[in-house]
Amino acid sequence: MAAVATEPRSRNTFVDVVAWPRISVRSAWHMWERNFMRFRRGIFQYVLPNFLEPILYLLAIGLGLGLYVGTQILGVEYVAFLAPGLAASSAMYGAVFEVTWNSYFKMKVERNYDSVIATPLGAEEVALGELLWATTRSGIYGTAFTIVLVVLGHAESWLVVFSPLALPLIGMAMGVIGMSFTILAKQIEYLTYFFNLFVIPLFLFSGIFFPVSDLPGWARTLAWFTPLHHGVEMNRALVLTGDAGTAALHALWLVAFILLLLPIPMNLLRRFLRV
Amino acid sequence: MGHAVVARGLVKRYGALTAVDGIDLDIPIEVSFGILGPNGAGKTTTMRMLSAAIEPTAGSLEVLGHDINLTAEQRPLKRRIGVVPQGDTLDKDLTVRENLMAYARYHDLPWPLARQRADELLGFAQLEQRADARIDELSGGMQRRLLIARALVSDPELVILDEPTTGLDPQARHLVWERLRNLRRRGTTLVITTHYMDEAARLCDALVVMDRGRIIAAGTPTGLIRDHVPPRVTEIIGAGDLEDASRVVDGIAQRVEIIGDRVVAYGRDSQAISDAVRASSLDGVTLLERDATLEDVFLSLTGHVLVED
Repeated sequence: MAAVATEPRSRNTFVDVVAWPRISVRSAWHMWERNFMRFRRGIFQYVLPNFLEPILYLLAIGLGLGLYVGTQILGVEYVAFLAPGLAASSAMYGAVFEVTWNSYFKMKVERNYDSVIATPLGAEEVALGELLWATTRSGIYGTAFTIVLVVLGHAESWLVVFSPLALPLIGMAMGVIGMSFTILAKQIEYLTYFFNLFVIPLFLFSGIFFPVSDLPGWARTLAWFTPLHHGVEMNRALVLTGDAGTAALHALWLVAFILLLLPIPMNLLRRFLRV
Repeated sequence: MGHAVVARGLVKRYGALTAVDGIDLDIPIEVSFGILGPNGAGKTTTMRMLSAAIEPTAGSLEVLGHDINLTAEQRPLKRRIGVVPQGDTLDKDLTVRENLMAYARYHDLPWPLARQRADELLGFAQLEQRADARIDELSGGMQRRLLIARALVSDPELVILDEPTTGLDPQARHLVWERLRNLRRRGTTLVITTHYMDEAARLCDALVVMDRGRIIAAGTPTGLIRDHVPPRVTEIIGAGDLEDASRVVDGIAQRVEIIGDRVVAYGRDSQAISDAVRASSLDGVTLLERDATLEDVFLSLTGHVLVED
């Protein structure tokens, strides 16, 4: 006869949220495939704007703002300094849009995940699959930007070939934070807070538009703890300075960040879907 | 014969609310089993426990020989169960075929088999012509058939359906029932929750009646009617004074109830009941004679109706 279920055990909530759950990456991949199926049908509507946006940015700044910024930074003109940082932010946006607005709809409006977890997929695998897809989108955005950047002649180092592989790390790291926020958000309006209080400040103060070394000490310290800053420095090392060691250190920081925090959205989604 | 589901003293509490209050279930394999009750009776909660979606607060539950214990690995069990949830839970970003394909992949079917199963199920759901349609282009009945087809991608032994025809027009309901009978003929065990007594009577070999988290009766549809209510019912419709009208048949009928704007008289001898009404001073009333249904069983057991008008 079946074992008797008892009242829920008292649990250590903190450990429950940060500990790695048991997962099957193969199951998570099936969630990725669902997104790819949708993507495949609308490939032009998805990918084309990704090429357009960086061209507009680089044209506006290269032809316009760049003229007023007379000084060279890191030995190059301003637009070349800016381009790798904007590529990093493009990779970030690719992922955070996916795990905020899109995930919120699937999770809390359409309630798609409730039916998915009736299949062998667990909540953790749903979260991981969605994050892998967000990472893929981040790679698509970042690669599109990199292609434009190379074509316009802003790549100074051959290490730029590693950019399309490195940029998705930014997407994954930011996706982990974004998805956790989305699961906790009680109303869709709260997502605006995530953008206005977190994403946009990162965009402005992570060293994309000016070196972080120009910031006061406390702000530099703060920036060190955020993924986008390391993403920007990593990509600038790959595209501009060709400093492989620096790029590797920043990539390592992003990998460590992901491995440390990835269990959080997975555990939070399980808790959310059990209610 | 084996059992698909065995539950003993199953309880689910949400804080102070007790949704399921200690129920026992024995659902044999290869039958169509109904859980009949009004909204809020605990049917959906029971179904979610059977499909390993939520953890019982207390009691024991065995589904297809697996303990439902959420600390254990649920994957092997979930492969053998198909779930048709209440309402529209189809993936609206995907087409009809993609919905089936995505779920086939969630169940880890290899791509060629997933494609083959999707084609078969498009046929089963009578949606071959709509394979590439978007979900919001489908009628309510088509969506419900697709939802049932989606639950079948893993070729499950047990299919759990929560209110499979709620909100559908009569023609669409008949099509869904026909598909479910087709499934039952193939030997799939069905567990169906419903608040429609006609659905329970048509589809279920056996059923339990739930109210306020408890099982208040169990048996076959005809057995329940035979055991709990007289076989014939006379409804007196349009009486000016309902109390007056009920006094007219009091003593002739075995039981008399006032439900809404009607007086319902239960009794074997419906002729005597209608004679008494005609001989009385009741003006302008209409008499409706019919067989007793599960609705009457529910009313006699609980004193309230299944579906509020």
